[in-house]
Amino acid sequence: MGVKLPAFQVLIDAYREPIYRFLVAIVGRNDADDCFQETFLAALSAYPRLKSNSNLKAWLFKIAQNKAIDRHRSRSRHESRPLVEAAFSEDGRGDVWIEVEKLPSKQRAAIQHRYAGGLKYKEMALVMGCTDAAARRNVHEGLKKLREGLVK
Amino acid sequence: MIQVSKSLARSARADFKEPAERAARAFEKVASRRGLIDVAYAVIDSPVGELLVATTEKGLVRLAYGTDLESLISDLAHDISPRVLEAPPKTDPVRRSLDEYFDGKRKQFELPIDWRLSKGFYRKVLQATARIPFGAVSTYRDMASKAGNARATRAAGNAVGSNPIAIVVPCHRVLRTGGGLGGYGGGLDKKVFLLELEGVAV
Repeated sequence: MGVKLPAFQVLIDAYREPIYRFLVAIVGRNDADDCFQETFLAALSAYPRLKSNSNLKAWLFKIAQNKAIDRHRSRSRHESRPLVEAAFSEDGRGDVWIEVEKLPSKQRAAIQHRYAGGLKYKEMALVMGCTDAAARRNVHEGLKKLREGLVK
Repeated sequence: MIQVSKSLARSARADFKEPAERAARAFEKVASRRGLIDVAYAVIDSPVGELLVATTEKGLVRLAYGTDLESLISDLAHDISPRVLEAPPKTDPVRRSLDEYFDGKRKQFELPIDWRLSKGFYRKVLQATARIPFGAVSTYRDMASKAGNARATRAAGNAVGSNPIAIVVPCHRVLRTGGGLGGYGGGLDKKVFLLELEGVAV
């Protein structure tokens, strides 16, 4: 056995909440449970074949993102309105995620990773396949657009 | 103006602890149904303290005193497979048998054993150990002999000491050849407890 991987349960315990929060931000509460199952099943299946244990958190978030995107694609065929409901609260402050939805894809992903996933810029860079600096830029540009675009 | 940063930051702190826990438990059930769990474990309570129980599809593979759970679980991932999940339902037959044993209702374990963590001579010694009946005792020399090498008493001692499956493979029933308790990985107090439970005068 080359790579020394932690027990899969360790990953579940460490990341189940941030992954869940991340999925709620992208696909909404109703679909988060299904996406959660799909994410961890795919991860568990692929786990023994991993060639590196260097950033399991980023690896897991990448799988979650792919599953969320798949769910998005299959839903947007049936719905034309914004796909993310007030995911975080009843008082409408969750609406910010609906606005995040409208951002260009890199900035949208960066803000979802940072604020819903709680990823550090280094981890974000691994998931998004860009540099730390680019990840930082995407977040700041996304925030800027959100501030300019949102009116109460 | 909606305060964007505040909204996002609040979201980052939003509490999803319970839905995530529920989702994780549901996941364990699905993973189990799909046969994706290579090693299932549970931590159970007993009169001799916390025990880590781990099973594979072949049977009981590890039963250890829970003094360092993190290391025990990490070792399972390394020695058997990283697909290690906490899955109490899969370990229930072991838990039930142990409860019955400690309640004085069971003298013989009928659990399938996965011997993969012991090899060669060590495995032979431990398989001989498994045949020592409830309430009886044997010696390291006798175990060496039953394993095919009567002179390998020290190696037999090491084999018994390396037993990965405490209690069910009754290494507590093996004593020093000349008299004397010998050793016990879980602590001699536990060896004494188990022998007395079985009615052996210690």
